[in-house]
Amino acid sequence: MRVWLRIFFVGGLISFRALFSWIRPSVYIPTLLLGPTTQILFFAYLGRTAHLKSDSWFVVGNAVQSASLAALFGMGFAIDGERWTQTLSAVLATPANRAALFLGRALPVLANAAVTASTGFVGGALLLGFRTPWSQVLPLALLLVLASFACTGLGMLVGAIGLRTRDVPIIANLTMAVLLIFCGVNIPLDKLPGWMSAVAEGLPMTHAIAASRRVADGASLGTVGTEMFVELGLGAAYLAVGFLLLRWFEQEGRRLGTLDRA
Amino acid sequence: MIQGARVFWVGFVLHFKNLSVSPFMMVTAAAWPLVYATLAFLMFRATHQAPSLLYAALGAAVMGIWSTTATSAGGAIQQQRWWGILELLVAAPARLILVLAPITVAIAGIGIYSIASTLLWGRLLFGVPFHVEHPLLFAIAIPAAVLSIGLLGLVLASAFVLYRSASNLSQALEYPVWLITGMLIPLSLLPGWVSPIAWSLAPTWGMRAVRRAALGGDVGTPLLLCAVLSVVYTLLAMLLLHHFERLARERATLSLT
Repeated sequence: MRVWLRIFFVGGLISFRALFSWIRPSVYIPTLLLGPTTQILFFAYLGRTAHLKSDSWFVVGNAVQSASLAALFGMGFAIDGERWTQTLSAVLATPANRAALFLGRALPVLANAAVTASTGFVGGALLLGFRTPWSQVLPLALLLVLASFACTGLGMLVGAIGLRTRDVPIIANLTMAVLLIFCGVNIPLDKLPGWMSAVAEGLPMTHAIAASRRVADGASLGTVGTEMFVELGLGAAYLAVGFLLLRWFEQEGRRLGTLDRA
Repeated sequence: MIQGARVFWVGFVLHFKNLSVSPFMMVTAAAWPLVYATLAFLMFRATHQAPSLLYAALGAAVMGIWSTTATSAGGAIQQQRWWGILELLVAAPARLILVLAPITVAIAGIGIYSIASTLLWGRLLFGVPFHVEHPLLFAIAIPAAVLSIGLLGLVLASAFVLYRSASNLSQALEYPVWLITGMLIPLSLLPGWVSPIAWSLAPTWGMRAVRRAALGGDVGTPLLLCAVLSVVYTLLAMLLLHHFERLARERATLSLT
């Protein structure tokens, strides 16, 4: 158990620090900390152009959605980065418990995604006058962690696909695009075609964003319990499917000798 | 002069073909703008007070040109360095700007795919009517926008060349430039102090030229300003490149990242 925890925490942290060139301040600040704010400003003004919703509506939606940038790319590169640094075979040759190995890599990604998303709220407050009662800050933070968890689960799936293809950035980008369009980030679900809002129900973010909007308006966490439960379930399901795919692709890669050839 | 034009054109064609077979660049150029086009179509369609869908389609198309530029032009020189050919390019007898400008203009040039894909997407999925008011001016406005935006990319590439994180810094400019150059959001909605910044950016005038050629209005002024800004960007890039080349030679750091 001690070894499991060491691989989970220490291994995950070392992997995070080693694989991501964007944790340098010169990259981290413009990309991950300022990025959500510029996205929020763009969509809030686009919303004003279309006379669609209030600035606060766009601040909450885009701030929560911006967790997907760090989560999808973070988990994608957690696998793909090993190939680029030519350490993938060595990592997969170790007898380490795979759950500790891969889930440990997900934890720093999840924390980073939540931090990234929170900067969107700060940017929205400073530049667009977004306000929520102080009593709602902690519940909102909890919802951000929940959204980051669900998105990290989806990121695990992207990372798993990274074992079979070299185009992780493309897959992560397209997945992020799907979340941006479908999840009610910038378009109310009732304004989407029926099939799109049906798909949105099965995606991470949809329920976290809906819950966050209500909480930002003053609702208590208890009133959004269903949304939180569904988001948690979706995150766990994506994480489990991603992990199982990783194991399967790893075994296939070993059998066919294609781990570094993908 | 003719020799310089030939170096530029051959370089442009070579890099355009090269970029056209890159899956990442093609997704950025042809698929990613569809995301913003779809968002704009759905947002504008949801209310009756929004601009027309053709307005949105043209905006999303030019956003694609800036996307490819912001994503790749900032790190264009760094890319040559990683490929190990920067020394060869600098040592070539042709002027450095004639070797590097085709790269960033080609990067903006593959934004042509975004115009084609966005307009087709709008027509097929959202029934956006595609009626161009001045077809000839429209055909002139697109290359003028591409050239001026590509040369702005050259300024970015030259300015960021000493930074390892050039590509990321350049990418961070994607949303801000979309926001302030009137691609989907009218400048009148933004604070007054934004306008002078927008006027100094080629995407503002490129967008205006393309949109007015399609929807009607004065195309001459934005086209002229695209040309003026192209000259200004070229001079600025020459200055920056001269400075960078001198520093790199003095410090022997040309191939270092």
